[in-house]
Amino acid sequence: MKRIWAFLPLLMIVVLGGFLGWGLNPNRDPSEIPSALVGKPLPEMVLPALAGIDNAGFVPADIAMHDLALVNVFASWCVPCRAEHGPLSELAAREGLALYGLNYRDQQADAVDWLNELGNPYLGIGHDEAGRAGIEWGISGVPETFILVRGTIVHRHVGPLVGEAATRPFLDALQKARMR
Amino acid sequence: MIAETGHFALALALMVALVQSALPILGAARRDVVWMRSAEVTSLAQAGLIAIAFGALMHAFVTSDFSIINVFENSHSAKPMIYKVSATWGSHEGSLLLWVLILSLFGAGVSWAGGNLPDGLKARTLSVQAWITVGFLSFMLFTSNPFERMSFIPANGNDLNPLLQDIGLALHPPLLYVGYVGFSIVFSFAVAALIEGHVDPAWARWVRPWTLAAWVSLTGGIALGSWWAYYELGWGGWWFWDPVENVSFMPWLLGTALLHSAIVTEKRDTFKSWTILLAILTFSLSLFGTFIVRSGLLTSVHAFAVDPERGIYILGLLGASIGGALTLFAWRAPQLEPGGIFAPVSRETGLMLNNLLLATATATVLLGTVYPLILEALTGEKISVGPPYFAMTFTPLMVPLILAMGIGPHLSWKRADLRGVLQRVKWSIAISVLVVAIILWRDFGGPVMAAIGIGIAIWLLLATLADFAARIRFWDDVRGSFARVRRLPRATFGMVLAHTGLAVAILGFTGSSLWKTETVVFVQPGDQIEIAGFDVTFDGVTEVPGPNYIARQGALTVDLNGRNVEVLRPERRYYPVADTLTTESAIRHTLHGDLYASLVEPQGEVDEGTWTLRILYEPLINCIWIGSVMLVFGGIVSLTDRRLRIGAPKRKVQLSVPAE
Amino acid sequence: MIRALMIICALASAAFAVEPDEILVDPVLEQRARDISANVRCVVCQNEPIDSSNSAIARDLRILIRERLVAGDTDNEVYTFLVDRYGSYILFRPPLNAATLPLWIGPFLILFFAIFGACFAFRNTERSPKKLSSEEEANLQRLRDEDNA
Repeated sequence: MKRIWAFLPLLMIVVLGGFLGWGLNPNRDPSEIPSALVGKPLPEMVLPALAGIDNAGFVPADIAMHDLALVNVFASWCVPCRAEHGPLSELAAREGLALYGLNYRDQQADAVDWLNELGNPYLGIGHDEAGRAGIEWGISGVPETFILVRGTIVHRHVGPLVGEAATRPFLDALQKARMR
Repeated sequence: MIAETGHFALALALMVALVQSALPILGAARRDVVWMRSAEVTSLAQAGLIAIAFGALMHAFVTSDFSIINVFENSHSAKPMIYKVSATWGSHEGSLLLWVLILSLFGAGVSWAGGNLPDGLKARTLSVQAWITVGFLSFMLFTSNPFERMSFIPANGNDLNPLLQDIGLALHPPLLYVGYVGFSIVFSFAVAALIEGHVDPAWARWVRPWTLAAWVSLTGGIALGSWWAYYELGWGGWWFWDPVENVSFMPWLLGTALLHSAIVTEKRDTFKSWTILLAILTFSLSLFGTFIVRSGLLTSVHAFAVDPERGIYILGLLGASIGGALTLFAWRAPQLEPGGIFAPVSRETGLMLNNLLLATATATVLLGTVYPLILEALTGEKISVGPPYFAMTFTPLMVPLILAMGIGPHLSWKRADLRGVLQRVKWSIAISVLVVAIILWRDFGGPVMAAIGIGIAIWLLLATLADFAARIRFWDDVRGSFARVRRLPRATFGMVLAHTGLAVAILGFTGSSLWKTETVVFVQPGDQIEIAGFDVTFDGVTEVPGPNYIARQGALTVDLNGRNVEVLRPERRYYPVADTLTTESAIRHTLHGDLYASLVEPQGEVDEGTWTLRILYEPLINCIWIGSVMLVFGGIVSLTDRRLRIGAPKRKVQLSVPAE
Repeated sequence: MIRALMIICALASAAFAVEPDEILVDPVLEQRARDISANVRCVVCQNEPIDSSNSAIARDLRILIRERLVAGDTDNEVYTFLVDRYGSYILFRPPLNAATLPLWIGPFLILFFAIFGACFAFRNTERSPKKLSSEEEANLQRLRDEDNA
């Protein structure tokens, strides 16, 4: 009996070590937070269109009409957004995706200048001045990009869609979304 | 050139450690005294070589040699000298070097001071210690060379994170590490005892001073870190239950248990396998802490630059050392003969309760710290475990511990007379109950925990003093009691000091967390705020240059009852090199409480010249620091006890010493 | 951006949290808001409650919490609102459910087993020793007195 008990500490340490080892796997990002919205319908908050630029505004009902849509959270003050803008525009054009923009905590004029400079790939843009829509969408930073199938969020990407490592899982998710 | 010498010294130290990890232990098996005694030379040589490497690194920092990556990344020529020195251990590589230095110094300490340890035990202990050194030295040489050169020589460095440029934090890591790493020697003693298959009171007596030294240092290190967070982070908190704090707290909790369990092993020759297990686990938790801080496994507000590859290496080290030690334990512990028997009411039982509660508390902190990881591994779900969890699980475990702590020292060994003890502490009980009642009545509707916290603190204080009074028979014979005070062993003073210190600290924990008041306002020069009876006037902000920063310094005139008592000068500092802003809060310390002010630019849009002023009143907070100092001094006083003086006992002699 | 936000958070710990323009007039509501925000984790920072973080999103959340309280939400409704959008990750006090049951009952289970184990290990010692003779009793008393001296 005593012999068996003596193994207990070892056993506990081995189990704990197993979890620690799992935690070290390089594909795991400890600061990543899974979105609570995946599998849920998109938030219903309607946002005013960005004035001074030609776009259709951000009406969830419209977004839900598309079989496949992307919602990209961006801001003119966000440096990685600038890097992401070109590749994302290209991707949307190449794949023929309905791309909507959520302009997060931005000044209207700054956002318009930014879009005039870099081009406007968005079908519609919502202006989220107070950051409320950002909370509704459960974002933790900018940029973030959501994939929606008929109004249901199926994937969220955190960070800029630049480079192979970041884009690969996103494209895979997009592929899967097409199948649905 | 000096840097290369340092690097070379590390490589040599690894060679020496390799020899030490094999020769003495083989010598012990073959009863070859020369082989066994080689450890005395090698452990000193090892410590000397690592000290040379450490000196070389410090030299590089002091002379701002930016050709070394480590110096370039963590220092700057304009930094004050003291922070150049402390930057030596500010980075992952440097702190690891400090880690290894302390490891080898403890080994050298045993070989130097342990003159009358039996050859076999000493040789085995030092070999085990060398195994740990080999592990960490190779880790450093293969993955984290502190002397790596740049491909070019930059004109200046990146500077140390300004938050870390602080005297509290400069001294925090060395103290913490002496504590952390100090438990390594206790671990080595435990493993050596398991290899010998023999634990006796003499063993416990040799181990206790080392445990105590490590514990004293860890206590100081944790308190210093807490103090730093309190005044530097700008919002008056001192403990956040962050993973990195938890991993330093766990070895402390278990080390405290070990300290008490080793007493039982020494005095009563029992709890043997438990003491051994605690010795192994305490150091294991230190290693676990090192792993968590450097692997980036858990998200924390404090952390080193993380690297999964390093994490894997440290996990391997952990597996080998902890796994090896516990396997040995599983094999050998059942063979350790059980010791003396005791009655359900006895000091042994009291100390057992202490150990059960402390071990459970440690397990609780561990569970809360790693549970998010476990859940993520099993289900992919991410959760957070923060302060509310620990407040709801850890605190309820501490209340019975403190209550028992008041009684414990009154109990005699083997079999105690509970009624007699209760008789002795009846006034302590009455007064603490009265205090609780008064607080509940005066602070009606306030937090009930505050009354409980203050109540148990007063109880612990009075019951400990009652024990002291009983030991010197103060109430029976006042005049003779002074003579008896002088005859009391130092360890008794240490115990009284440490236990009352904890009582004082509990007053601080309770007051500052449950009675804190706070005001946050926008201020313009001339504005006046009232808090906790003080009238505070904001006089405006001036620019003050510092050595490597520019400060905007506010002036706050503090009046109490219409009389000026203090001018507080909180600062907002800008460090151009690191492009970082820090908050230097200004604090008026009194025993009654701290008035704590900090100033920052408002986040929203406001008029020119407006600042956000936050003023806190933290009642009794200084009791935390006073209590911590008492704990540390209690440990030091115990350490000077003649009976505990390192290496004093011999096995033969010890057996004839009567139990206290 | 995540990276940029993290740097901001590192500074945030050095700065403040709640700003004067956020504070509610009603002290009871304000206290509830403070208590809730101390229990809500900042989603961009490493390990901080929104109450002491100065990232923009933490501020938005603080204001939002206050608006909902003013609108008459209970504390639980506020928590549910946040969990619906961010998952239970956002709570520093994990909700009690099947996944967190071991976490919540663990400490008490451990204590129970520890006490049980200790009683088991020392069960031999529980048998009270035979009665002492009066001479032994007197000796013992003398020794005890010495002990306590």
